[in-house]
Order: sequence, then structure tokens, then C-alpha cells
Amino acid sequence: MAHRIEVYTKVNDTRSEIMKKKLTSLGFSINESKVADVYTINKDFNQDELDRIAKTLSNPVSQTYLIDQPNKEIEFDFALEIGFLPGVTDNEAHTAKETIEDLLKTKFEDEQSVHTTKLTFIKGTNLTEKQIQQAGESLANKLIQRIHVKSHDQFEKDNGMDLNIPKVNLKPHPKADKIDLNIPEEELLKLGKKGIPNKDGTRRGPLALDKEYLHTIKAYFEKEGRQPTDIELESLAQTWSEHCKHTIFAAKIDDNEEGLYKGYIKKATKEIRNKKGDKDFCVSVFKDNSGGIIFDENWVITDKAETHNSPSALDPLGGAVTGIVGVNRDTIGFGLGAKPIINKYGFCVGYPDDEEPLYRNKEHTERALSPKRIFEGVIDGVNTGGNQSGIPTPQGFVYFDDGYKGKPLIFVGTVGLIPREVNGKPSWEKQAKPGDKVVVIGGRVGQDGIHGATFSSEALSAGSPATAVQIGDPITQKKLSDAIVKEARDLDLYNSITDCGAGGISCSVAEMAKECGGCIVELDKVPLKYPNLEPWKIWISESQERMTFAIPPEKLDTFMKLMEKRGVEAKVIGEFNDTDRCVINFNGETIMDLEMDFLHDGLPRKEITTTYTQKQHEEPFAEKPENLTKTLLDMISRPNLCSYQFISYQYDHIVQGGAVIGPLQGKGKINGPSSVTKPFPDTEKAIVCSQGITAKYSHIDTYHMAACAIDTAVRNIIATGGDLQHTALMDNFCWCSSNEPERLGQLKSAAQACYDYATKYETPYISGKDSMFNDFKGFDSQGNPIKISVPPTLLISSTSVISDATKSISIDPKFPNDLVYIIGETAIELGASEYFEYLEKGKYGNSVPKVDAEKALKMYRKFQEATEKRLIASALSPSAGGIGITLAKKAMAGQLGMEIDLTKIPKSQDINREDYLLFSESQTRFIVTINPDKKEEFETLFAQIPHAQIGKITENDKFTLKGFNGSNIVDTDIKTLTENYKRTFNSY
Amino acid sequence: MKPKAIILTGYGINCEEETAWCFEKTGGEAEIVHINDLIENPNRLSDYQILAIPGGFSYGDDTGSGNAYANKIKNNLTEQIINFAKQDKLIIGICNGFQILANTGLVPAIDDKYGERQVALMRNKTARYECRWTWLKNTSKKCVWTRDIDLLHLPVAHGEGNFYAESEILNKIKENDQVAFKYVNEDSSPANQKFPINPNGALEDIAAITDPSGRILGMMPHPERFLAFTNEEGWELKKERLIREGSALPKDGEGLKIFKNAVQYFL
Repeated sequence: MAHRIEVYTKVNDTRSEIMKKKLTSLGFSINESKVADVYTINKDFNQDELDRIAKTLSNPVSQTYLIDQPNKEIEFDFALEIGFLPGVTDNEAHTAKETIEDLLKTKFEDEQSVHTTKLTFIKGTNLTEKQIQQAGESLANKLIQRIHVKSHDQFEKDNGMDLNIPKVNLKPHPKADKIDLNIPEEELLKLGKKGIPNKDGTRRGPLALDKEYLHTIKAYFEKEGRQPTDIELESLAQTWSEHCKHTIFAAKIDDNEEGLYKGYIKKATKEIRNKKGDKDFCVSVFKDNSGGIIFDENWVITDKAETHNSPSALDPLGGAVTGIVGVNRDTIGFGLGAKPIINKYGFCVGYPDDEEPLYRNKEHTERALSPKRIFEGVIDGVNTGGNQSGIPTPQGFVYFDDGYKGKPLIFVGTVGLIPREVNGKPSWEKQAKPGDKVVVIGGRVGQDGIHGATFSSEALSAGSPATAVQIGDPITQKKLSDAIVKEARDLDLYNSITDCGAGGISCSVAEMAKECGGCIVELDKVPLKYPNLEPWKIWISESQERMTFAIPPEKLDTFMKLMEKRGVEAKVIGEFNDTDRCVINFNGETIMDLEMDFLHDGLPRKEITTTYTQKQHEEPFAEKPENLTKTLLDMISRPNLCSYQFISYQYDHIVQGGAVIGPLQGKGKINGPSSVTKPFPDTEKAIVCSQGITAKYSHIDTYHMAACAIDTAVRNIIATGGDLQHTALMDNFCWCSSNEPERLGQLKSAAQACYDYATKYETPYISGKDSMFNDFKGFDSQGNPIKISVPPTLLISSTSVISDATKSISIDPKFPNDLVYIIGETAIELGASEYFEYLEKGKYGNSVPKVDAEKALKMYRKFQEATEKRLIASALSPSAGGIGITLAKKAMAGQLGMEIDLTKIPKSQDINREDYLLFSESQTRFIVTINPDKKEEFETLFAQIPHAQIGKITENDKFTLKGFNGSNIVDTDIKTLTENYKRTFNSY
Repeated sequence: MKPKAIILTGYGINCEEETAWCFEKTGGEAEIVHINDLIENPNRLSDYQILAIPGGFSYGDDTGSGNAYANKIKNNLTEQIINFAKQDKLIIGICNGFQILANTGLVPAIDDKYGERQVALMRNKTARYECRWTWLKNTSKKCVWTRDIDLLHLPVAHGEGNFYAESEILNKIKENDQVAFKYVNEDSSPANQKFPINPNGALEDIAAITDPSGRILGMMPHPERFLAFTNEEGWELKKERLIREGSALPKDGEGLKIFKNAVQYFL
């Protein structure tokens, strides 16, 4: 018999108060709410045992509990219980089960289980059952959770809530199905698009195989003289997916035979490395889970950025958790295993105050999540994943645009640390050998994340599979991570390691098998969350927190024992060999037998033809605003420019003890664009990280968009005291409609800029990723079809190594009377700027900012000299919002007054509007403050670079900007600025 | 001989490396040991003079922060841990480690009831994880770990640090001089529950408590995250001042004082 334990908090019940607030904010009239944690234990225990269990799961100081009886003391109108759907990972239940097993020295058998739910008692005015059901739907996510509502009467009648055991019941399916490809062309295409048909007529979900791919597969199996099995088709679809093979970046593009990746990105890195010669700091680029560069004589640092866009659109919390812990695995999977030391994030979402609904279907039964819900969910996700993993998150940004409303872009990144040598060998080299055992460790396999890889290669629509959602379990991964990078690696227990990401073991095992030339897998050995999972699902499931190893037989025993002692589940599922085939057995039968060459390289190469049209955009007509003080205060409270400190404070950015410059700088706690981390307490060597994103410029020109993203990422590094000679970049392209020649033309143009600017700055790309179909297809509130595409987006992540952390530079002015300088020239470059969006939304204009790399390079080299001489007391580079926002952020950061004369600003063209001068987004500029004693030295150093002293820091708290006619056009104070800067997300 | 510290880890503890470094830096010897290895051989605990349970996210805070890890200790190591606590040895629990000590009943151990849960660290009043710097006032004369410290600047990073005890226990904690740190303003004036000076809503602004002997310390703030000069919030301003004065920049962080006190206790 199953039992139910309810735990109530008796003092400081913050959660119940928050619940009341949430319900009230949803528009319900709530007097009282009370939340309880419920453990449903599906195993028989006697009363004494249950008492001990309840005591263990609760805290006698602050909590009470009930065992197998309803709460009779609480006054309520409705009880609302939210739990997980069958098969969804329930981390808390997992811990409770382990605790009970340890407490009573017992074991839960396969059929026995623990489940958790949250029970909320609600008392209000005139509440209806329907309303509470609605409230439940707002609080829960129907894709992963279930809701149960009972009225007070029903509760009394039933003597409480129900005992509900969410079990997955699958029919046994012991075999793989044969799939007939000799079907009419139309049917074949449908198979590729919608998936393999089930017996009941439904489809298994997208394979994302187009006509050419399908015919290549058909021809292969004709040659083999048999029909493919479902698992073979699914496996090919995973391996050949845009998500895994990056077919668009690999394709021949117009007359460029090499394509985007080899012909631009990789080419830049290759040329830079050659040019740098013995100063080349790259050790492993583009071939592993992360890229690796030299840190010092003993250590390598790794970097990787990923996106988790489609899962986050459906389940923002789960999508972001699995995103961040997933990219952590790209670190653990680098070389022989690196330790994650810095997490990064970037959230591109619709404006959170946009409440106009979107629907996935015409009937309006499937409403897309609102931008606010997505925003809050992904913030929570990186909080859960990052904080629980013990990895600091000092670096990140938020970026809002209407184009991200249907499909958000959720960037996550991780820097790792690994010794240059592990057991006397270069740490970044690894190779599975014939005879090595295939071992998977970590989480178990369920239906979660089926078709993630093929799904993200398609636009988001009503047909998007709910099983693409995955729930993260950061602690399972933390155990795994510690066991590998803190123990097994240095014990030399494996030959190769890789992450199980998109495509699950179908990709990780087959990928590793390339290192030796084949593998044989016994699929029934894979540990499952629940019985009877079909073989093709086991093979491609993207259940999280797993890694794959190649382990020499003589080390297997030691490895398995170590994993057991660390609470990490490990299982041998096969063997690597050199047969040139990837073979899978299931229940004693061979269900997959593919040539390795065909599996990996059998896909026909695409050829892409592009077009490019330079569009003319309407210029905003608005006159210069009368009151520029008000304009500045409005601007600084805009979502793209204002404080997001509520995110910074809830992310642990100091764990591991290496924090130097964090996400909030100066006394004013202003969000800065870069961060500095010192990985070793004993040495001053440090890592500077930054990010550049300028996607709005894509409305005008993707070449300059990319150039500005690169310049932003690089000059933020320089402003923070970074070293251009030791800076690496990463490119993350998130494009839209990548089957349209025009979009592909824009892509090619951006790739060209990536090549041009990286080679100029000599900053190599060490890793990158692309996500090509970020479009939302659905319906608006009138039922009209609507397509929302993201603006073509390129995130450039930059990482630099500096020799002395104390030479890093923060953004806050330090002392009154320090001098304020601007370095670099300003032009009328307001196309697609934040200011134009403020003036007249939708009128982008045409004057997109452009980057002169030669000039920039000269400036950055001088800046580095100034850094070396400690001439610069504070620095911040103007980006979105221009000089006006930069000056304000600096003054607020120092909480010191500032007097500026705008007429002193060096300009490369006549600018006759003060607002344009203030908010132009010209690149390659810095605003710095210096010690007045250093004036001469500073000016001499920058003699050949456009620069000017534009004002000084003052003792009082006034912030004044003098305009063209000599009077103050902005006149405010630090307090008012700060209030406006911080008000937008005040209630978050 | 250098005093030996055992630093427990496993199941989501994540500050073990920097905690170990702090003991070594201040003259101790530190060994990081997975709790399962200690359970396998519990008697090895007697090799050490100091036991540290570092910060982290053991079991993802499931069933209450520190609870599941504490249960693991109680189910497998009760005798050895209580025995350790009663000797002239030192124990520290930082953040998650404090939550574990509280759930294991090693602090405050009022009426010498070691092993009984008497206080709780509840969800922050903001209902959110808070990572920020706080000022701490040493209010205990008996605590070994905080000797010669008056005011200390340290960061907190936790979701459940809201200290709570019933009034009878609280009174005894105070009467016995067992409050080690309180959250205060930079000028040492009381936080009086005001956020973010008191970052979690802790009763009477309590940030750290000891057992009756003063040898066991549980604290929410993280001394091991202020191990270098450049760790401190606002170091950039201090740096600029020192440079303009022509002074050298310090290297160490003030969080090390806590560890130094422990190591010195045995020298």
C-alpha cells in the first residue's frame, strides 16, 4: 500500500506568502493560502517506520507533518495539487527515496517509488473551481506537470486528496520495426517531415530528412539488399540533422566551394594561428566539445557557448536548466575532462510587458508562453542549474526585441580548466581503442528529449513534440563531474570521454566509435527510468546528465568501483572495435548494422544559392526632444539599458573563490559588460570574459551587425584590462528561415565580417555553434496565421588571459576631481539603435554603425599600454544607448557627480543634434576616468588617437551635460538616475 | 606539527577546494574526503584535529537545505561525529555546511544535547537565492574561530539562511555567548532585520552560532570566498587609493583570519 506524508511549515512560511502574492497577481481574490510538501511513497511501511520517515523528511524546529490523513485544521475553499506527469524527472523524490533507503537500510524495488507534489490550500472570496483550475495552469507547465483541484466539500467527502502514483506504463515492444521505403514519393517525403507512422496512424515525430537525404538512404538500403529498421532511420536522422552536422554551414555556398564554416570561420582561425606562429595560444579548436587555449605553462582553459532555444520556448525552466548543465558537460567532455569554472548566459526574449497572446494552433487551445513567463522561467533555470553545480555565473546579458517573442534565444556558456598534461600526455588528446568498453554513466534513460536534435532543426509550431522537453538534475551531474574531473581523469581510467547531448547515445557512441572505427552496442543493457521503452527511443533519447566513455578492459573494474562509491550509476553497454560498422543488438537480435562511413559521411552535401538585397528603411521623423533630461531618464529605464541586478544577485557569481570583477560594479552596483576571474589563489593570472550582441543592426545590415558584435566583444575585453594578443572568440549564429536565399545571403555576409574582423584583430575563433531555424509559426488572437522570426543574431563571446588581476579595470569612477576622457570618434550612427526604437519604433533608419578595424587596432594597443602603466582608473565602452547611457552608468557606478561638456567630444562628421551625439552607437570608443596627476602621461600616450577630456568627476551628486550653446541640456542627480536605472525590473 | 583538517565533500558540496586551500595557506594540512569514503572507514576521523563541512548544494536542497546530507551523517556516522565534537577539536560548517551542522544537531547543542536539532535555517525572506556581500560583527568571546575579529566583510550566497529558533533556545544561545556573528551595517550598527544588510531575514540578525564550547562554528557567510585581496567587493577602489598613496597592494583576503584562528589553536 502507498502512503502519503504532508509536510507543513509552521513559522516563517515564506513560500505560502509568495503563493498568495502570485495568486493575487493572477487576479484572484485570495485571503489565505498554505503550501505543503507532499511525499507519496509507493512502498509499504509500518506506522513506526512512517514516523521515522516523516521526521527525517521534515524539520521539527520549523515544520509539522501528517501521515496518511487529511489536514483538518486548515480553513480553505479549494485544494490545488501540482505534481509531475508520469516519467518526468522528480529530483526531490529521488533524494527522499535515497534518504529512506539509508534510514531504514531497505531497498526500493522496481515497482516501488517515491513521488512529490505541492499541495496548496486556498481561501478567497467567490472563488470557483474553474478559476482554481486556471490558476493551476498558470502555476504549472502542462507539458510536464499535472494539476488536481478539489473543492472543500469534495475534499471532505473523499477524506482528503487522492493517492496518485504517476507511473509510466508502456506496452512491451521487444523489437525494432522494419520500415518500407518503397512507398510513393509523397509518402516518403511525409515520412521525412513528420516521422515514422505508428500503427494507429499517428507519427513518431520529425526526422527532418529532406528529399535528397531520403533518396540517399533508400539507395543505401537497396545496396544492402534489405529494408531499414526504425532505429536505423532514426539514427541517421539524428546524425545527419542540421543540429548535429551543421549542414548549412558545411554546404557549398554560391561559388564558395568551402562553405561558411571552412571558408570563413575556420579559415580565419587557421590564418591567425599561422601568423601568430610561436605566439599561437590555441591548443584544440573546433574538434572537441569545447575549444581550448593556453592559460599558463601548466594549464589550459576551455570555452564553449550553446543555445537551448526550442526547449526553452516550451518549458523555459527545464530548457534553461538543461541548457546550462548541458554546456557544463561540453567542458567535462573536453579532452580528458576539464573542470567548469565560469558560467555565462544570454537571454534574448520578447519585451516582458508584451501581453498580446500568440497561439500555436488556429483553434487557440495551445497558447504560446508569454515573453514574461519565458523570461522568468529561463532566469530560474540558470539559477537552478548554475547555483546547484557550484560554478560561478559572473557573466551574462539580457536582450529584448519583438523578434524574440515567439522563439527566445537562450545562450549558455562555460569556461573550463584542465592541466596541459594528464598522466604525462597532452590533456586535449583522446582516442577510443578497439576492445575498449562502451560505458555510459549518470542519469537513466526515459522518453524525455526524444527528437530534440531533429526538432531544433525545424521551426516551432503546433506539431512540436512535447517530449522534446527535458528536466535537469544538476546534482546527479555534479556527482558525475566530481567523480570524473577530480578523480577518474587523473587515475588514467579511460581512453576517451564525450558528452551525451543532442541525439543521446546515438550521437555520442557513434561519434566516439569514429576514433577507432566501429562499435557494437547491447541496447538492453542501457539503464532505463521505466521498463518497455522502445529500442529506437533508448538509442536517441536525450535524457540528461549522461556521459560516454571508452574504458580499457583492465581498468574497467577500478572505474566501476569508483563510480559506485561516488553514487554515480555506470553501465557497460558495448565495445568499441575496428569493424567499420556501427552495430546494435537488442534482446539477442541485431537491429542496426550500418557502415560507419555512411552513418557519418553518407549525407549528400548541400549546395546553397543566396541573394542579398540592400533595403532602404524609413528614417524616424521625430524632432529633438525638448527635455533631454527626461529623454535620458526614459532611455536608462529601457529594458535593454536598465539594471538587471535581480538576476546578478540570484546567481552565485563568487563560488570557487576566484571572483575579481563580478556582474555588478562600483558602489552603485551597475551591470557591467565584462567579468574577471582568477582561477588560482596563488597566482595573479586571470581570465577576462565578455560578450557582444548587436542583433538589432541586422534589420539594416548583417555584415555590420557582425562587425559590431565582434568589436563590442573585443573592446569590452580591452576596457576591462584584457590582452588582445591573448584573446579568443566564439561565434554563435542564431538565424531564422534558413531555407530562404535572402536569409542565407545575410548569413554569408555576416560570416564574411567574422572572417574580416577576426583576422584583423588576430583573435581566433576556438569554438562555435549555429541554430538556423528560429522562427515561430502560429496564430494571432484573430486566428490569422503569423510568423515571427528572430532578427539574425550573432553572439560573439570573448575570453582573454591577463597576467595580473590587479591591473583589471572596473567601470566606476574612483575619486572626485578625476578627469573624464573619451577615446575615439563619434558619427551619426543611429540606425536600428536603441534611441531610434525609443523615438519611433519600427523606423530603423539606415545609418548602422560601422567598424574601422585598422583604427580600432591602433587604439586598443594604446589602451593596453595605458592599462599596463595603471593610467586608467575606470573605463566603460559606449555600446547600446551611446555616450549618454555610458556616462550615466559610470556616474551611478561610482555614486559620484559628473560634469561633462558635450562640445568637446571628437566627431568624425558634423553632428548638429545633441540627442544624436548623446545616443549614437558608434563603435570603438571608450570613456575613462584618470587621476589628474596622470593627465600629461595619458595625453602623451594617446597623442595619435582621437581623444578629448570632456569633463570631470565631482564631489556633489549632480549629473550635468553641457550642450552646444553652453548651457546644461541634461541636469539631474545620481539618485534620480539610479532610481530610473533600477525601476524597470524592480518588481522581479 | 601542522594541524590536520578533514574537508568533507560529495553529493553536491562544492566549496571543498577553496576551503582546503585556506587551511593550507594559514599553516594547516587539509585533506578533502568524500563522505562515502569516511563512511567506509569512519575511524579515520580520529586522524584529524579539524573537521570542515564546506558550502555547496548537497542533494540540491531537496527535503530542506542540508537535511539529506545531515541524514547521511546521522544514519552512518553519528557516534564518530559526536565523539569528535566532544573532544578538544574544532568543527566548522560554512553555508550548506552550517545547514548540515544545524540538522545534525552539532550547533547550538543547548544543554549539551549534541545530535538534537534545535535551530533551523529557513528560506530567505526574499524567497530567492541571494549572493551579496555583508558586514559581520563578532559578538562572541568564547568562539575559537572568530578570535581577534571585530568587523568582517564577507559574502553570502544561499537560498536558505533565515536563522530561526524558538525563544527558549534563542535565549540560551544568547545567555551562553553562542552568537558568533551578526549582520550589521558597515559602521557596526545593527541591521535590525533590514534587507539587504541582513540578507535573509535571520532572527536577531544572526549569521553564525557556536556550540556551548565555542569550538564548533556554523556560519552562513563564506570566509573562503575572501581569500585574496581582489575577491572583495570594492577592491578596485581600495586598489586605486593604495596606488595613489604609493602603497603596495595586499595579496591575502581577510576571510583567511577565520582559518588562521583554527590552525593557531593547535600551535
